[in-house]
Amino acid sequence: MSTNREFFYRKLHSLLGVIPVGAFLIVHLTVNYFAVRGPEAYNQASHFMENLPFRYFLEITLIFLPLIFHAVYGLYIAFQAKHNTSTYSYFRNWMFRLQRITGVIVLIFVAWHVWETRIAAALGAEVNFDMMAEIVSNPFALILYIIGITATTFHFANGLWSFAITWGITVSPRSQQIATYATMAIFVALTFVGIRSILAFVG
Amino acid sequence: MSEKVIELVIKRQADQNSEPFEEKFKIPYRTNMNVISALMEIRRNPVNANGETTTAVAWDASCLEEVCGACSMIINGKPRQSCTALIDQLEQPIKLEPMNTFPVLRDLTIDRSRMFDSLKRVKAWVPIDGTYDLGPGPRMPEAKRQWAYELSKCMTCGVCLEACPNVNSKSEFIGPAALSQVRLFNAHPTGGMHKAERLETLMDGEGGLSNCGNSQNCVQACPKGIPLTTSIAALNRETSLQSFKNFFGTDHTA
Ligand code: SF4
Ligand code: FES
Repeated sequence: MSTNREFFYRKLHSLLGVIPVGAFLIVHLTVNYFAVRGPEAYNQASHFMENLPFRYFLEITLIFLPLIFHAVYGLYIAFQAKHNTSTYSYFRNWMFRLQRITGVIVLIFVAWHVWETRIAAALGAEVNFDMMAEIVSNPFALILYIIGITATTFHFANGLWSFAITWGITVSPRSQQIATYATMAIFVALTFVGIRSILAFVG
Repeated sequence: MSEKVIELVIKRQADQNSEPFEEKFKIPYRTNMNVISALMEIRRNPVNANGETTTAVAWDASCLEEVCGACSMIINGKPRQSCTALIDQLEQPIKLEPMNTFPVLRDLTIDRSRMFDSLKRVKAWVPIDGTYDLGPGPRMPEAKRQWAYELSKCMTCGVCLEACPNVNSKSEFIGPAALSQVRLFNAHPTGGMHKAERLETLMDGEGGLSNCGNSQNCVQACPKGIPLTTSIAALNRETSLQSFKNFFGTDHTA
């Protein structure tokens, strides 16, 4: 048995990004989309989520612990790279760089977002349509949300592409190429869902 | 002044610890020159563009036909072999730099030891030594031999390590070349008898296979067209399976 855990940590990092963190992202974005149907529908959906049995257990094991590991180890990975897109301006090298840039943006965005919503809720605020509407009534916050959402969907979609390689699912260049198309389609679709929802809170 | 000249800008340094500096050279043009013959011209007459006598530029070369990898350097921004870099195809002034992902010994000479250490680490050979004759090994299907031949073209030149954003002083990453050699030797009928051992070397120590971040620069940069990223993905599959086997499987790993 090996004493070095790097292989394990890297694989775990890749896995956790998809399950459960990525899966949670999809659930989250789907619930957000209720905002498009109006405040009533949104409040009902978010209360349903809030009232799930074992809520704290689920939050800690499916969201916070995996997210913190992914974020901390991800930062370590991101700052190991020495970017060279000026010499090698290939598409995949740019994606490699963007994956690391968006990772850092997402970390900052999620910290802010959790502070404003989940921590606020723990301190007694009620999470509902009005809360979000109030946050994004500030155009600056709205822009930050749009940037944060786009960075998140990109990081997730492109992360799926490298997940498929890290686990040896896509080996041939052709399968990797098709995975690029598929994951970019996922990026566009999820960005649409995310941005349409956030705009629903604006006036 | 009608005589054609070749202009070169060379990044130089006296030894491993000294600061690099740039020096310009103008040398007379001859037909069919490559970067090596231009460097030989400087060695014959070490005078820089200002007319000052200087030290001859140090560089490395051996085969002069792009099979040994020794002459690799950065030419006009891209790492490649200087023996196949033809002057007529290069924009002037030609900028030469050492591949500084590796320790620079002097001027354009670098120390590629880490690559050879990596090959030792992964046992990039077919072990047959023993106390008695093992007889002929199993045969390899012709189609597989042809495929393996492509992987065997690696000349340990280091271009793929130079192009990789994850091979640098902050990371221990072994780099694409040695990884692809694991795939080559694991595919060999006799070499494959040490398959699990090679895979585990890539999973064990620091800077193994999992340090790859899939920027895929290596496959674009390799002068031999080796399918490095396919090798890496194939090894990802094999090490994933190997790790399941190690954890859930039996008490032997072969
Ligand atoms: S894989 Fe290609 S670029 Fe890398 S060392 Fe071998 S020949 Fe050079
Ligand atoms: S001298 Fe051998 S590759 Fe150039």
